[in-house]
Amino acid sequence: MKTLFDKVWDAHAVHEAPHHPSVLYVDLHLVHEVTSPQAFSGLETRGLPVRRPERTLATMDHSTPTRPGGLAVVDDAGRAQLETLARRCAEHGIELFDLSSPHNGIVHVVAPEQGRTHPGMTVVCGDSHTSTHGAFGALAFGIGTSEVEQVLATQCLLAWRPLPYEVRFEGTAPEGVSAKDLILALIAEIGVGGGTGHVFEYRGDAVRALSMEGRMTLCNMSIEAGARAGMVAPDDTTFAYLAGRPGAPADFDGAVARWRALRTDDGAYFARTVSLDASRVSPRITWGTTPAMSVGVDEPVPQPTDAAARSALDYMRLEAGKPLLGQPIDVAFIGSCTNSRLEDLREAARVLRGRRVAARTLVVPGSRAVKREAEAEGLDRIFEAAGAEWREPGCSMCLAMNGDRLEPGQLSVSTSNRNFEGRQGPGGRTLLASPLTAAASAVAGAVADARRTLSEAA
Amino acid sequence: MTPFDTLTSRVAPLLRDDVDTDQIIPARYLKVVDRSGLAEGLFAGWKSDPSFPLHEPATEDARVLLTGANFGCGSSREHAPWALIAAGFRCVIARSFADIFRGNALRNGLLTVALDEADHARLVADVSADPWRVVTVALEPQRVRWGAAEAAFSLDPFSKTCLLEGLDPLGYLLAHDAAIDAYERREAP
Ligand code: SF4
Repeated sequence: MKTLFDKVWDAHAVHEAPHHPSVLYVDLHLVHEVTSPQAFSGLETRGLPVRRPERTLATMDHSTPTRPGGLAVVDDAGRAQLETLARRCAEHGIELFDLSSPHNGIVHVVAPEQGRTHPGMTVVCGDSHTSTHGAFGALAFGIGTSEVEQVLATQCLLAWRPLPYEVRFEGTAPEGVSAKDLILALIAEIGVGGGTGHVFEYRGDAVRALSMEGRMTLCNMSIEAGARAGMVAPDDTTFAYLAGRPGAPADFDGAVARWRALRTDDGAYFARTVSLDASRVSPRITWGTTPAMSVGVDEPVPQPTDAAARSALDYMRLEAGKPLLGQPIDVAFIGSCTNSRLEDLREAARVLRGRRVAARTLVVPGSRAVKREAEAEGLDRIFEAAGAEWREPGCSMCLAMNGDRLEPGQLSVSTSNRNFEGRQGPGGRTLLASPLTAAASAVAGAVADARRTLSEAA
Repeated sequence: MTPFDTLTSRVAPLLRDDVDTDQIIPARYLKVVDRSGLAEGLFAGWKSDPSFPLHEPATEDARVLLTGANFGCGSSREHAPWALIAAGFRCVIARSFADIFRGNALRNGLLTVALDEADHARLVADVSADPWRVVTVALEPQRVRWGAAEAAFSLDPFSKTCLLEGLDPLGYLLAHDAAIDAYERREAP
């Protein structure tokens, strides 16, 4: 009896010896401009080739500009990184979705939508949100630059076997409660270190009910609870998503038959289990400086119980006991690998249709493909009519490397994944929430409850 | 990697939990294609505060950082241990570490020492009482010693050997070339 995680791990163990990390084979290695340059230099110094360039896929996303129309890169250092990646990919024969590619975008949006991430694969990338790809039943996790070099050189990784951790979302999530709210509720429950040393498997009716986009949001933030990876067993939702995508296997039916075996056997061993009732989760919003510090959007800022919470409130300039609803905001950011897919943009558009934003609002699609699909549906016109900025794809204000950033002291409601101090720009203050909550807050110019916004006429 | 044997040093206390990689080195310092300028980015967001603990004279040449639980959570950026090393650190003592940071640190010769609750509390109390206190971190016996006190820490034997001998784990992987070939013929054509 094995868990889904055990099955994928065991199928990729090239070599295992006592007291040594496993040599684990990597099916898909994703690369971006920020965490790869030193790895390529390392290869060059050692005179090593890239072992399997065709199992490697590169994109430019972290420091790319998102201003409409212009691809003039923000600064020299950023340009040097992009040029380095382009040169290395050309030298080693690695496929690159550069800024002129119709497939360009955030690495964790691009690979799934191109059909490159398959159930049962091992996927790594020099980026902690690689956990996103676990939505397909892949074992996917972030690695450091030295490991990027290891994978380039050997297509393998040295890894200690983590423990499987069952995360159940039972019941049905209420209207207005999204995958983002579920994952914020989980992190609040178990803490930012709660999943350390473990791989989550998300199970239960509320998970089965999620679209692939929702499952990606869920898996994306596994790392915010300390788990390097999160997985969802593949099912018909997964197969329907993959069917017809450019990277889908040629013998699709044969692949589906194999993928159906990728599920946890009854009675398989989980080191830990946590269960949440999805029907009791409300839209969540963070009030502090870790993703675990969240409450229901209509709840007051909680009383601090320790020094960390006091220091977080101090940084956030929020007062315990006061409601978050109505707290004026400077910026709403709808984007990032957590919430920048078509479904996320549709959710934001549901709120913004026929309304006007009262705070600066950036809508940044996750990829060029998402941008095209959104425009084909007219979402761009809804955003622009509402007064929001409709941007080119990229990481943008999620980590503020590309010039899109908060000014010191500014407060944002953001659909990204980290509210660490200064994450969105030095001195910036971040409230993490769902696309619905971010859009409703954009309209109000203050933290707002989308359920209420949507119940009022536009 | 520089081998690690025994280190005797003063301690820089950063006594909080969940120090994330965006605090260790903010994203704006990641726009490098080598490892330059990283020491400058270390704790950049906090350094501007004159009361930041690492400004204390006693921490000036400290090579050991003492911190709380879940150190290094967040991003996979290896720039975090690179920045700590560039600023002179060779060891971080904490209650616990985030997984990716811990691996990144060990691969670069930055020793991560996780102490149990009682030992950690004792060291924190002693360093807080005397900021000039010196600790010795001995890798072979896996012990931290200060004054008359001593604490054990665990470390996997593979990382320990790599650290003691200054070995790069890539060499171990490359030595499995034949096994990787065989796996690829079977599973990953
Ligand atoms: S969108 Fe944010 S979290 Fe996602 S890959 Fe980009 S920088 Fe990282």
